Amino acid sequence: MRDNATHSPEPMERLMDSTLESVDSAEELAVGMAERAGVDEDELMKIGMAVRESMVNAVVHGNRYNANKKVRFSVAANSEHFTVRIADEGEGFDYASLPDPLAPENLMRTSGRGIFLIKSLMDDFQVRQLDSGGTEVTLVKNLVSK
Amino acid sequence: MSVKLTFRQVGDVTVIDVAGRITLGEGSSALREALRDLVGKGQKKILLNLGEVTYIDSSGIGELVSGFTTVTNSGGQLKLLNLNKRVKDLLQITKLYTVFDVHDDEAGAIRSFA
Repeated sequence: MRDNATHSPEPMERLMDSTLESVDSAEELAVGMAERAGVDEDELMKIGMAVRESMVNAVVHGNRYNANKKVRFSVAANSEHFTVRIADEGEGFDYASLPDPLAPENLMRTSGRGIFLIKSLMDDFQVRQLDSGGTEVTLVKNLVSK
Repeated sequence: MSVKLTFRQVGDVTVIDVAGRITLGEGSSALREALRDLVGKGQKKILLNLGEVTYIDSSGIGELVSGFTTVTNSGGQLKLLNLNKRVKDLLQITKLYTVFDVHDDEAGAIRSFA
């Protein structure tokens, strides 16, 4: 799971525009930081993809590309966990009522797989509705085998 | 690098060599437009060679599903060739791997359209 370089990089936080360019930037920043935290190549790909899917949700479904709304993106790593938080300023969604993309009736749908993929790629995934409005997701990758 | 599509005709099968990233935005829309264009021209046998795809996200997976449905509904066949491990893993965890007719050998894939 983790290479020899075990030093933890400094946490970072960015306020990003609601654009697809921000999706690319966030993925690049998260993967770069995970690499510095010693995460191996296979896990880097998973983190990058989970961050990408979460950023797309924030930019497209949360903020709906609204230029007046921002995405707060933060990354932190310690010896045990690599954690990414992404918060939008959208209207929120009912996480519990999301359709199961593996159900036979949903299998051929052209969308609705993003959160399922994030959960498959990360070790922990939490969704929180913010008091100020919007949604914050937390993605965690374990850096040590349990 | 975004996506690059190269078209070849092998007998009556159109092969699309896909290279780069199939992600939300330019990558997935290019693939969608290419498949709709081929179907509009009456092409019934389409083989998507994904061997040079470096990255695919849920939007890209959605475009594969959309393309499959579009081609199938027009009476045609869409098949996949040369999936790398990442694409194969994603299609397996989304239970789509068995939906598509997937091949590792181009000649065999071409013959399977007969």
